[in-house]
Amino acid sequence: MLRLEKRPSPSAFWQKASPFLAVILTMIAGGIMFAALGKNPVEAIRTIFWDPLFGEFAFYFRGQLLVKAGPLILIALGLSLGFRAGIWNIGAEGQYIMGAIIGAAVGLALYPTENRMIYPVMVIAGAFGGWAWAMIPAILKTRFNTNEILVSLLLVYVAQTILAKAATGFLRNPEGAGFPGSRNFSSYPAASNPELIAGTGMHWGVVAAFIAVIAAYVLLQRHILGFHIKLAGQAPRAARFAGVAPNRLVVLCMGISGALAGLAGLFEVTGPAGQITIDFNVGYGFTAIIVAFLGRLNPVGILFAGLLMALTYIGGEMASTNLGLPSAAIQAFQGMLLFFLLASDVLTNFRVRLSTKAVA
Amino acid sequence: MMFGSIDPALLLASVIVASVPIILAAIGELVVEKAGVLNLGVEGMMIMGAICGFVAAVETGSPVLGFVGGALGAAALALVFALLTQYLLTNQVATGLALTLFGLGLSSLIGQGYVGIKPPVTEDVPFGPLADIPFFGRVLFSHDWVAYLSVAVVAAVWWVLRSTRAGLVLRAVGESHDAAHALGYKVTRIRVLAILFGGAMAGLGGAYISLVRVPQWTDGITAGAGWIALAIVVFASWKPWRVLLGAYLFGGITVLQLNLQAAGSAIPVEYLSMAPYLITILVLVIMSSGRGKASLNAPASLGQNFHASR
Repeated sequence: MLRLEKRPSPSAFWQKASPFLAVILTMIAGGIMFAALGKNPVEAIRTIFWDPLFGEFAFYFRGQLLVKAGPLILIALGLSLGFRAGIWNIGAEGQYIMGAIIGAAVGLALYPTENRMIYPVMVIAGAFGGWAWAMIPAILKTRFNTNEILVSLLLVYVAQTILAKAATGFLRNPEGAGFPGSRNFSSYPAASNPELIAGTGMHWGVVAAFIAVIAAYVLLQRHILGFHIKLAGQAPRAARFAGVAPNRLVVLCMGISGALAGLAGLFEVTGPAGQITIDFNVGYGFTAIIVAFLGRLNPVGILFAGLLMALTYIGGEMASTNLGLPSAAIQAFQGMLLFFLLASDVLTNFRVRLSTKAVA
Repeated sequence: MMFGSIDPALLLASVIVASVPIILAAIGELVVEKAGVLNLGVEGMMIMGAICGFVAAVETGSPVLGFVGGALGAAALALVFALLTQYLLTNQVATGLALTLFGLGLSSLIGQGYVGIKPPVTEDVPFGPLADIPFFGRVLFSHDWVAYLSVAVVAAVWWVLRSTRAGLVLRAVGESHDAAHALGYKVTRIRVLAILFGGAMAGLGGAYISLVRVPQWTDGITAGAGWIALAIVVFASWKPWRVLLGAYLFGGITVLQLNLQAAGSAIPVEYLSMAPYLITILVLVIMSSGRGKASLNAPASLGQNFHASR
């Protein structure tokens, strides 16, 4: 019988290796799922993970990689700070929507003024929108001890109804012949977020994501706040003795993750999505949770995890057009990845031993 | 204005129907949390129950088998949670989220060929003359068996937790797993069983949504009901009868806003449909703060993993 024995300190090897193990296990389990759907598992896995990078149309898909990875990385970085400190903001999807709405509203209010300051103001407004939406669970948590997990999640549904109202009501394109959806930002240069280098998918959101990776890395490695975040997660009691104010940490972590999610929403709505529509959000806020864990809550890890997760999105679309693989299969595949990630973490903290005698 | 076009008996009857899924999911989660496990995957288990129940009912033509299928499907997902958190000692919050993300994806995958189909009808329990009593007959005696089952489950959970040995052991495991372990109780096994029960109840609740309440299959059909069930456990301060109260309160708000929408109220539809979520948050705030702090009632080992070192 197998027995788990706690390691004196987490294994450095498995800390690095467990995400790779999880990806491989997910590919195997995913392959079984695809086979059950009547697809050739090897072909499906190749279409998802290989063809977008090295296949025939890779020149197009490689650009898409950054487009999809940008928002995932931005959101996941913010979430990882809170997750490290045991603060569970799982409503990033709502903060993403609110950032997009507030930022877009600022831009649309100024239509059709042309001024190079418009876009920076929109970016700030987007970050503010996400920050403000995240402040609701944060303040309720610090003032009334309300569970931030439930409140942030429930606010996603509220944000979605506000989005529906924005797309069909207060942000609707007045020249859109009554169709839902706002003006398209691609026809309003001062407020749009174009591709910076043709064919790479690089837009301002991707730039922001790279900057955020560096900032988060410095924060966690070199700044006292980063130390406090790590301390609060690993030893809450010690953190209190060290003078870490839990409430301040909640407000900061929720605020940062909300602002980053809001930024991601603003960049998405002004760039790849192009306009506020009733369903422009595609669940990045939830997928980013997987990205944060896949990157082991580490900024550099999240950078790669975001790219990998973007790959599954693109490969999934490819598999759905080429092989007729339902797009829901990819969602299940991503969820599976999180299971295997969490499960393979057991190797980091425990040694698996073959026990000779029965355990009581 | 409200009662101008709305029949109060019909309104109350629909409140009961609207509350059934939440009652079932919340009472299941209450047992899980009483055993010291925080399973945030209720939404995922509910939607798995909704699709498995729907498929089973459509394929067999029997709504009863549909509910059984829903409970089994969700319990299977709960088993994954149990294996991960109890044997591989993963973080319960993260695993619960994974359960929800996976459940949403898998359910929409299974449900592909079932969009737009009508499930077999779950008949009301024939109460004969009782159903003809004015007002009360319509409100109390015109429901299907699952609605009565939900109340029976609440009563059973209340009784088991309060006055049986099994309930005492379950609570001991939830309050202090180390002490329970020292007394020789199988902490892990008890928790796994509680998680499976919670999964089955969430599945019943989900199946009720797709088989009775809506009744059809669409992606994301549970629309946050699982999260509201989690909130209702906190609202109930982990007391079974208060789950019933919380669920009826929530059902009331849902039905009221739907009726207001139908009656063409001056408030825009979007703002009405966010009301249930906002009121759930408000209730959470009230319950978590001040004198009646709900958290004081929370099981002491809630969310902590147990690993027997000896």
